[in-house]
Amino acid sequence: MIRFARLLEALALTPSRSAKLRLLADHVATTPDPDRGWAIAALTDSVGLRNARPAMVRALVQARVDPVLFALSYDYVGDLAETVALIWPAPAVAPDAPPPRLGEVVDRLSAAGRAEVPGLLEGWLDRLDAGGRYALLKLITGAPRVGVSARLAKTALANWGGQPVDALEELWHGLTPPYLELFAWLEGRAGPPTPADDLGLRPFMLAQPLEPDDLARLDPAAFRAEWKWDGIRVQLVGCGGRGRLYARGGDDISPAFPDIVAAMPGDAVLDGELLVVRDGVVAPFSDLQPRLNRKTVTAKLLRDHPAHVRLYDLLVEGDQDLRSRPFDQRRARLEALVARTRPDRMDLSELVPFTDWAALAAVRAGARAAAIEGLMLKRGDSAYVAGRPAGAWYKWKRDPLTADAVLMYAQRGHGKRASLYSDFTFGVWRDDGTLVPVGKAYFGFTDEELRALDRWVRSHTVRTFGPVREVTPALVLEIAFDSLQRSTRHKSGVAMRFPRIHRIRWDKPAAEADRLAALERLLVPGT
Amino acid sequence: MSVLSPPVPPRWLAVHPAGLYVAPADLYIDPTRAVPRAVVTHGHADHARPGHDHVLATPETLAIMAARLGDRAGHARQTLALGEALTVGGVTVRLAPAGHVLGSAQVVLDHQGCRVVVSGDYKRAPDPTCAAFEPVPCDVFITEATFGLPVFRHPPADGEIARLLRMHALFPERTIVIGVYALGKCQRVIALLRAAGYDRPIYLHGALVTMCRVYERLGVALGELRPATGADRKALAGEIVLAPPAATRDRWLGRLPDPMIGAASGWMRIRQHVRRSGVELPLVISDHADWDDLTRTIDEVARAEVWVTHGREDALVHYAQGRGLSARALSLVGFDEETGGDADETTPVPDEAAS
Ligand SMILES: [Zn+2]
Ligand SMILES: [Zn+2]
Repeated sequence: MIRFARLLEALALTPSRSAKLRLLADHVATTPDPDRGWAIAALTDSVGLRNARPAMVRALVQARVDPVLFALSYDYVGDLAETVALIWPAPAVAPDAPPPRLGEVVDRLSAAGRAEVPGLLEGWLDRLDAGGRYALLKLITGAPRVGVSARLAKTALANWGGQPVDALEELWHGLTPPYLELFAWLEGRAGPPTPADDLGLRPFMLAQPLEPDDLARLDPAAFRAEWKWDGIRVQLVGCGGRGRLYARGGDDISPAFPDIVAAMPGDAVLDGELLVVRDGVVAPFSDLQPRLNRKTVTAKLLRDHPAHVRLYDLLVEGDQDLRSRPFDQRRARLEALVARTRPDRMDLSELVPFTDWAALAAVRAGARAAAIEGLMLKRGDSAYVAGRPAGAWYKWKRDPLTADAVLMYAQRGHGKRASLYSDFTFGVWRDDGTLVPVGKAYFGFTDEELRALDRWVRSHTVRTFGPVREVTPALVLEIAFDSLQRSTRHKSGVAMRFPRIHRIRWDKPAAEADRLAALERLLVPGT
Repeated sequence: MSVLSPPVPPRWLAVHPAGLYVAPADLYIDPTRAVPRAVVTHGHADHARPGHDHVLATPETLAIMAARLGDRAGHARQTLALGEALTVGGVTVRLAPAGHVLGSAQVVLDHQGCRVVVSGDYKRAPDPTCAAFEPVPCDVFITEATFGLPVFRHPPADGEIARLLRMHALFPERTIVIGVYALGKCQRVIALLRAAGYDRPIYLHGALVTMCRVYERLGVALGELRPATGADRKALAGEIVLAPPAATRDRWLGRLPDPMIGAASGWMRIRQHVRRSGVELPLVISDHADWDDLTRTIDEVARAEVWVTHGREDALVHYAQGRGLSARALSLVGFDEETGGDADETTPVPDEAAS
């Protein structure tokens, strides 16, 4: 538990992906079974311990600590689990047992009846240090969020064991914590674990961005075009009457989408885009957002944000793996499958007919519908290959929209950028002459421009709040973004998709930046 | 000698705008502005201000003040070694070790049968760079309270150093930069690293060099130290660099290869301070007493009354009252403000604006 706590702390504070991979690899290399497996399960939220409520934790601490001192401390710290972890007093008699191991905590909590939990918890809190107590409390009251996706954890394991991550991905679904057979394989002590059923994720095939001069080299007759929808890329897996829904990162998001899982058309693996669709119209991405990053879903969300999958591809049908077949064949099988089964909440992604690139470019330029990001170009003879194979699939994004905004706040970056102000919040003018923030961008500039921006921020600071500086409203940034949507979460009422700094307009007076009213004309219809 | 018990609180001690005033001796303790006669507990900028006419302090504190303040370290400087006593205007003044930084002292005042101890900043955790805190029983104990909440309990410092060295081993191509204050924390972290067997050169930001030299001159061995400024960028990969906290958040970092930024401070116990400071490697290492030591010390030394100052007073006042002591918060101004390069860890994330 102590080792797991140290790992959580380090992961939470490490911004870099490669450093996270190294921390994870070091943990599994130096921690014995079953604790290392439970650590991976806890990080990827596959432990499923939810047997302590905050009220129980509060009752435990109040039996031990003076209420005035607890109130002053909680007020100062602001988080219950953290306050309890820090304030928990050493027991009058030092416990003779060592701190519990993570495996012990999981085993005993899974076997414990409701009434036994407080006693177990109290004993463990006595035996752990502050970091260990915090990790324990987070583990039992909710998932510890430290920026580790399932994909990242699998990558770390694969790198450490010297196996391809796709191989690990394919057999992952058949594994259960603490993954003893997986570690045996990764350490070369046994062969690969055999999946128990076929509900596993097939690694996604991805597209490369289309560069401006690519089209000249590409034969239009060899390619098929489809709309690129602005949702979440997903994979649906159905087998023996059961179904799973995976997001691109490899996370199993089935529990949040029972509507989709229930609509699964038999034994098949399908690739598609998760969207919210009402009366046949695709809603903007912001409409999907309330359904994401949740463990469960309410009836109201199911009703108000109906999920839908627009199908792109068919990877497996029945017991036939189609991935080595050409796209055109898979597409024909997909069309037949949809026509035969007519699944609820699913439809085909239409092919966009075209004869030459100029005609397709015109179609692309004319598309202003909500939730269209651009076009996908797929070679008719392309097999479905994990990763981003060169020359097979291209994404041809719609030209971005742009707006001139005024820099309002800057924040220091992380890691290599920790010494520089590199996160920028910008705004546009309201009619009353005040600025209102419309977005935040972290990239789009060269290193040299970043240093110039950093200098500018430092010499134009009017106030600082922790790592954030408020600056004089005097610098105009030309912001590129993919679309603009209504948002109740932003004071301005609008939110940009994928904003980035297109140009720094050192020359332009701030008063000539865009007005909110002008920006609102770019809102996608229907939002 | 009267057989009646002396008046507590003593009428000869008062709080003036300049600080704590001992009337019969006409002297202030750690005054926050220039005064005719000052007793200075230790060399941190919020305690040792410039421009006093007459300064009484330990030889080490006077040496530190001279290095920091030069000519402005006091017109007349009088040393009083730890453990020695002096009588001024009928008040016996003794300096007892406070364990905070090199030369740091508590001020023990005896007058009319009543003993007052001013703790200054203190800690009870072991520190190889200064003399250990001496508990002095007294009628009135005036205690600091920088970490006066029960959530502040500093773990053993060697465990924190072990964590640092583990990260150093795991990321051998990165430079570890630890934010430390120039006086005390810097030398303690060096000494802890040496005690843990780390014998490579330790690199220092320019602002830390002077105080390390003062420590060495006063007999504290620190091993090989090298300037980080001007060092070859590549040579710093895999090394440990110490720098003032403000420098770890500034462009100065740009000269280091893939820096992993750390900070050594008691505030690193609280997640929101860690997040706000943006560090990757928080080390809970403090030169102040934590809650357990603050309360243990009150239990050991205070016979009648506790005055709480210099930090979070509420919780400690509540604690002392719960032990049957008379207790109150003493509002002395000027200790929680930021005072530049020789600051102490009085505030969680100081001087962002000054960087
Ligand atoms: Zn101090
Ligand atoms: Zn102080």
